[in-house]
Parts: sequence; structure tokens; C-alpha cells
Amino acid sequence: MSAVAAEAAVGEITSRTTSSPLIYFSSASDNTHRFVMKLGGDVARLPIYTYEETLLAQEPFVLVLPTYGGENRLGAVPKQVIKFLNVEQNRKLIRGVIGAGNTNFGETYCLAGDIVAEKCHVQHLYRFELMGTSDDVDLVREGLEEFWTRLSLTKKLL
Amino acid sequence: MTPDKLKLAGHVKAINWNRIEDEKDVEVWNRLCNNFWLPEKVPLSNDVQSWATLTPDEQLLTMRVFTGLTLLDTLQGTVGAVSLIPDAITQHEEAVYTNIAFMESVHAKSYSSIFSTLASTKEIDEAFRWSVENVNLQKKAQIIESYYHGDDPLKRKIASTLLESFLFYSGFYLPMYWSSRAKLTNTADLIRLIIRDEAVHGYYIGYKYQKGLEKVSEERREELKAWTFELMFELYENEVQYTHDLYDSVGLAEDVKKFLHYNANKALMNLGYEAMFPAAVTDVSPAILSALSPNSDENHDFFSGSGSSYVIGKAVNTEDDDWDF
Repeated sequence: MSAVAAEAAVGEITSRTTSSPLIYFSSASDNTHRFVMKLGGDVARLPIYTYEETLLAQEPFVLVLPTYGGENRLGAVPKQVIKFLNVEQNRKLIRGVIGAGNTNFGETYCLAGDIVAEKCHVQHLYRFELMGTSDDVDLVREGLEEFWTRLSLTKKLL
Repeated sequence: MTPDKLKLAGHVKAINWNRIEDEKDVEVWNRLCNNFWLPEKVPLSNDVQSWATLTPDEQLLTMRVFTGLTLLDTLQGTVGAVSLIPDAITQHEEAVYTNIAFMESVHAKSYSSIFSTLASTKEIDEAFRWSVENVNLQKKAQIIESYYHGDDPLKRKIASTLLESFLFYSGFYLPMYWSSRAKLTNTADLIRLIIRDEAVHGYYIGYKYQKGLEKVSEERREELKAWTFELMFELYENEVQYTHDLYDSVGLAEDVKKFLHYNANKALMNLGYEAMFPAAVTDVSPAILSALSPNSDENHDFFSGSGSSYVIGKAVNTEDDDWDF
């Protein structure tokens, strides 16, 4: 399946590429979408359905993704996110993860974010619940700004 | 109740799970089924020794808190979830409500499993008598029930979401508190299963409320939003009194109120509204939050930590096999 996705990514690049520094998945409930809208700035939403073509990132980005309730480790990451990360170029450009969830889910709170961070060797930068409070929005906005600044400085030093 | 004709779902067609109108119905149905549990799976009897270490006042408080929760689960199982069926948008939504209704009855019964493991018949009967006589407990059930019997389907969903995502939490606080002090830990495990279920219920009913809002006028949307906050305020005032009534004897009322604020915010978010209580009054004791979710502490986060240990993650090329989740 991953090979197919990667292959498909080579064709029709123009319709699905994104240079946004923040890419996110949100289901029809729109909780994560609302959080991202409050953050503002240049953002790109992954397709809601797996049969839709996924995005191809052109620039480094942070991924925001939700975890729904009660999963075990298997199946915690939304399929649409798996499809996106199956594309090698997307994995190369991911720089961090922000998780959405609900503490009611106990040990699996924001588990999908943990899994992606672990697999891509990037930091799980922040966790928030449902659509996030205004404090969450402020912290993430400031945090991301500092994160990208530091990242560009590190790049120049290397 | 008026002797009106019983309201049921309209003309019933055979439900076809191979034709889905709203993917959320299938997703939530599957999640609820995967999360299914029964109290018999939890080794409650391991808490007998721990129960004996509680003072008589603490035992009484615990019994009362659990009968209060039993009342809410009974209300939601036999009236609340069922009352949502006639106005469901899809047939699969109707099926999800039957699932929710049954699970609420499992929750209600599980408190009786706790009681029979830990307490005497006399103590159990007295706690149930208290639940009938406590003014604030009865009031919260009556407020919600009045809207379940009312004729506004969207208000019914608001009341239901506030019950699922807000009203339970004055009670849920206590087993999390005991768990944080290494007491009644098996009981706490059972309550965590209930807490997990209620999150899915509140999320789903809140989602369906928002779907319903898409079909009404802007004016009606404004009216319902104002009504939601009014109802929240009415319930909140009653919850504060209920909290003092229960928890003043053990000196926990102030922290319980923070937990109420924290959960009130989440209930509003489930309905698609912004959080109402500022962070200054939602700072629940970390021990309670970590009893709820071990990953919820701030040190887990990069952005909210001290900031001194900013490690830049490096993206490593992974093999496609790695993505075999």
C-alpha cells in the first residue's frame, strides 16, 4: 500500500502539494480544525477520507493530529495520517508533532502523537484537549514561533 | 408526565450498515464496541482491605458519591439516550443511542457491584435513601429530565451532553482522589472505564447537536447558544452546592470545584463552544489529573515545560516497513 501511495505522489504534484509549515488532520467533528483556525497562519488540512489523494509536503512542517478514545497502540493513528506519512518525502520534512485528545482516555491520551513522534524521531511538542482553550492557542503560537526560529538558527550553524 | 402518545422513532426501515450517510456513526459504533466492558472483569474484591482503612466519614462520602453517580447513569440509560432516538438524523445514529443506553445501564449496575463488594446491605440501603433525599442531587436530575421530556430535540442534546461531560465529575473526582493516594485502586480502574465511555458519549451527542445546528437559522443558533450557557450556569450553581455538601467534611471542595470548571470547559467544547472558565480556576491538583491520565502532566510537553531543554528533533529516514502500524 505504501509503495502505491509513494508512486501516486509522483504524479499530479501540482494539485496536492503544500508548503504550509503546519499540516493537520481533523475528522468531521472539526475539533482539531477549530484549534488550527484559532492559531491562524498558513495551514493545510489532510483529506478527511482515505480514498482521497493525500498531500505532498514541500517544506518542513509540524503535524497536528487527534487521538480518539480507547484504542490500543494498534490503530491509534488515523488512517489518513498513515497514508500521508507513507510518502517518504513527507516523513523527511516532518519536524514535530502536536497531539489533540481527551484526558478521559487515560493512558491513550494523545497516543497517536506519541507514536508518530517516536517513529519519525521528532518531538511531541504539545498536547491539548478537544478544540483547545485560548491558553493552549497562545502557548502553541508562541512555541511554534520559537521552534521555527531555533530550527533555522541551527540550520545556519551547521 | 402527561398521558400523551408515546413518542417513538417514525416509520422504521431495515437498517443497512452497508449504506452509510455519516461516517461518524460507524466510527463511534466501532469505538463503543471496542471499549465494551463489564464490572465482573474488574477484581473489585482486592479493594476490601483498602476500604477498611477509610474513616467512617470517608466511607459514607464514597457511598453517597457513588449513589449520586448511579442516579445519573440510570437517568441517562433509561430516559436520556433513549429520548434522542426519535430525532436522530440517520438510522445508524439511532443504533448508536441504543448502544449508549445499554452501556449507561452497565455503568449504573457496576456501582452496585462496588457496593456489594465493600459495604453491608444496611449501608447500601441508607446510601440509596440519601440519594432520594438529597436536594441538590435530585435537582440536577430533575433539571435534565425536564428537558428530556420537553419538545425541543436540540435542547435535549445540550442537556444530554452537559450530563455526560459535566455533571458526573463532582462524583468522578473522589475515586481519582483515592487512587492518587493508592486507595481503592481497583474501584478506580472501573471508574476510569466509565470515564472513557462518557467521553465518547459526550463527544458523539455534542457532534450530533452541531449537525442539527447546521439545519436551523442563525437566529435559532444564537438562541440555543445563549440557552446552553444559561443551563450550564444553572447546573453549575447547583453543582457547587452539591460539592460543598459532600466534600466540606473532608476539606476537598475547593479542588473539586476546579475539576468542575475544567470539565465544564470540555462539555462546552463538545457542543462546539469555547471554554468558559479561565486557566486560573481550572488548575486541578496534578495528582488528580495524573490519576485520570498518566500522560497529562505539563512536563510531557515541549512548549509548556521550562524551555531550557529545547532539543531539536532530527528527522531520520525511515523504511516503509516502519509504517506498518
